[in-house]
Amino acid sequence: MPLEVYLNVAVGGALTGLVYGLMALGLSVIFGVVRVVNFAHGEMMTIAMYIAVVLFTALQLDPLVMMLPIAAVLFAFGYVLQAELINPFINRPEHSQFILMVAIALIIVNMLLIGFGPDAHSVQTSYAFDSFQIGTLIVDATKLYAAVAAIVVATLLFLFFRFTRLGQAIRACADNYAGALVVGLNVKHLYALTFGIGAACVGAAGCMLVLINDVTPAAGPSYTLLAFVIVITGGLGSLPGALLGGVLIGLTEALAGLLFTPSAKSMFAFAILVLVLVLRPQGILGRRTA
Amino acid sequence: MRSHATTSINRRKLLASTAAAGAVIAMPAIVRAQGGPLKVGSLLPRSGVQALIGQDCQRAVELAPALLKDLGLPELTIMNADTETNVDTARSRAERLINDGAQMLVGAFDSGQSSAIAQVAEQKGIPYVVNIAAAPEITEQGYKFVFRNFPTAPMILTDAFTNQKEVFETAGKAPKSVVLLRVNDTFGTAMQKGIGAVMPKFNMPYTILEDIAYDPAARDLSVEVAKAKATGAEALLVVSRLNDAILLTREMVKQRWSPMAVLSMGPGWNENDYFKTLGKLANGPMSFIPWYDPTKPLSKKLAAALAKAYPGLNLNEKHVFTFEALLVAADAFKRAGSTDPKAMVEAIRTTNITNNVSIGPGIQFNAKGQNDKLKNAGIQNRDGKFVTLAPKQASDAKPELPMTPYDKRA
Repeated sequence: MPLEVYLNVAVGGALTGLVYGLMALGLSVIFGVVRVVNFAHGEMMTIAMYIAVVLFTALQLDPLVMMLPIAAVLFAFGYVLQAELINPFINRPEHSQFILMVAIALIIVNMLLIGFGPDAHSVQTSYAFDSFQIGTLIVDATKLYAAVAAIVVATLLFLFFRFTRLGQAIRACADNYAGALVVGLNVKHLYALTFGIGAACVGAAGCMLVLINDVTPAAGPSYTLLAFVIVITGGLGSLPGALLGGVLIGLTEALAGLLFTPSAKSMFAFAILVLVLVLRPQGILGRRTA
Repeated sequence: MRSHATTSINRRKLLASTAAAGAVIAMPAIVRAQGGPLKVGSLLPRSGVQALIGQDCQRAVELAPALLKDLGLPELTIMNADTETNVDTARSRAERLINDGAQMLVGAFDSGQSSAIAQVAEQKGIPYVVNIAAAPEITEQGYKFVFRNFPTAPMILTDAFTNQKEVFETAGKAPKSVVLLRVNDTFGTAMQKGIGAVMPKFNMPYTILEDIAYDPAARDLSVEVAKAKATGAEALLVVSRLNDAILLTREMVKQRWSPMAVLSMGPGWNENDYFKTLGKLANGPMSFIPWYDPTKPLSKKLAAALAKAYPGLNLNEKHVFTFEALLVAADAFKRAGSTDPKAMVEAIRTTNITNNVSIGPGIQFNAKGQNDKLKNAGIQNRDGKFVTLAPKQASDAKPELPMTPYDKRA
């Protein structure tokens, strides 16, 4: 098979992986700080995808243009969810949190089913069928735009956590819960902010992903699973790890499909996960806990 | 403190309880043998990956009562169930329908789901008419209660290769090589095995360069299309569903690959939603599939009823075979004069409906419960409609071969 085929497939896989990475970034942010495993992660993303579909269908608003407003809506949703529903569960056993998040996921799926039915919905932008040709390399325009947007959002997130006082306060909560309380930080508010930021990431990722994939209410659980595979591979709680995990899974699926059989794409992604769990349980960029 | 009287079981109570339990156990049979309209459980994948297809089939379920009444056939009570495109759900829904009093089952579009329902129907002794499912095994198990008015994979393929050769002959062109892209589910695997067994008998002008199987629920088919394009095949031979047909078309456009022809041997490429989603990019693919005979009076009635209820929709095989499954049920009920499952099965076995919709002499079942006289057609998508290319006696247009490249469409 010509080398250009491998190159085309690898580039496509890496671009899709970046968007997956951004989706998983939200999960990593939430777990890294709040220590709650968000089992409704993919379902929250489908909410963003449906908002993008509705705005496009009704008002012809491009999902990339609407990324910020939709991320803001998801931020508000995440903030309220954490402040009103999840915060009371913070000190409860993990299985209670688990059941709570699964219940939220089920409610979201069924609300979307009631609202939109089981049909697949898509967004047909003017560039939906465009591609760029650079020599023998053909790059899917939609995937490229989505990947660039994913890098921009991830960079902004890194800068926020690194250089803003609020970001530093959130990191302080993540590093030392008791210490954060002692110095007078409003931990519950910061937790809600963090969940909101994670949800905003998911909102942005949903706007990008709706350009690549159709959305159905049933798609949520598979995105949740994918996000888990990515963050566990990259390192739960590590922001660069989530992006790296996304690219790695995207590349693995693409190349496995090309070199072996497309039916086995997911099998290779899970094989990577098992390998990471055996050789480096904390994930590629994760920190080992005592 | 509990009283002795409420906890003790004497002989009289035991007998009464046993009789009550017996009555409850026998209730489904009693319910099934009651008079009144025949209760038909309709199982379709109305959510999940095949949701759009299941909902398209459902349109025929909704149109059927009025059309059956026009034909002088008895009333049916339809009990709808959604299989959620899941084999296990299909099985449990079939069981629940029977427990709720269904006296006959129809459905379920998909071979895997239909196989599961067939097992339940056979076990419970309830007649089941498969509307659409091509895996040969369904009518090869020696089942007594299972019937199929839809061609098996080898029947589809035999007609498909015959019709393809006719199309190539008319066009004066034929691809020398194809790449097979197919779903990896029960239907796709049955078709792939069938292609291997049937194609050598037809001396086709092309060879299959590669067989690429993929998950029908895949979100992204870019790798599959890249792999297919890399084979250098002149045409695409495809066994797919609706969502993946749309994804494959999108990827061919994006990857700038316009094969000479898309030769589909399954659903997807001729769906109303395929046209709706892709517009002008939907033109060109040829489908070699079970179809309807536009010259039959009942076809015209069904098409008119569909046009009235759902303006803008084209009649397709989902409507045709789902309607015909209910036609078989009503016809058998009329002749049996009873809802008793055994009487119904005997009536279905002797079905001979010539006033029907699908191509062929009509609906009759062989000893295995299979209608083996069905014929397929070769159709092509043209400006949001279908033209029939083969067989010659039913054709109303010349093939467009090679199809217009995707980047040359205004």
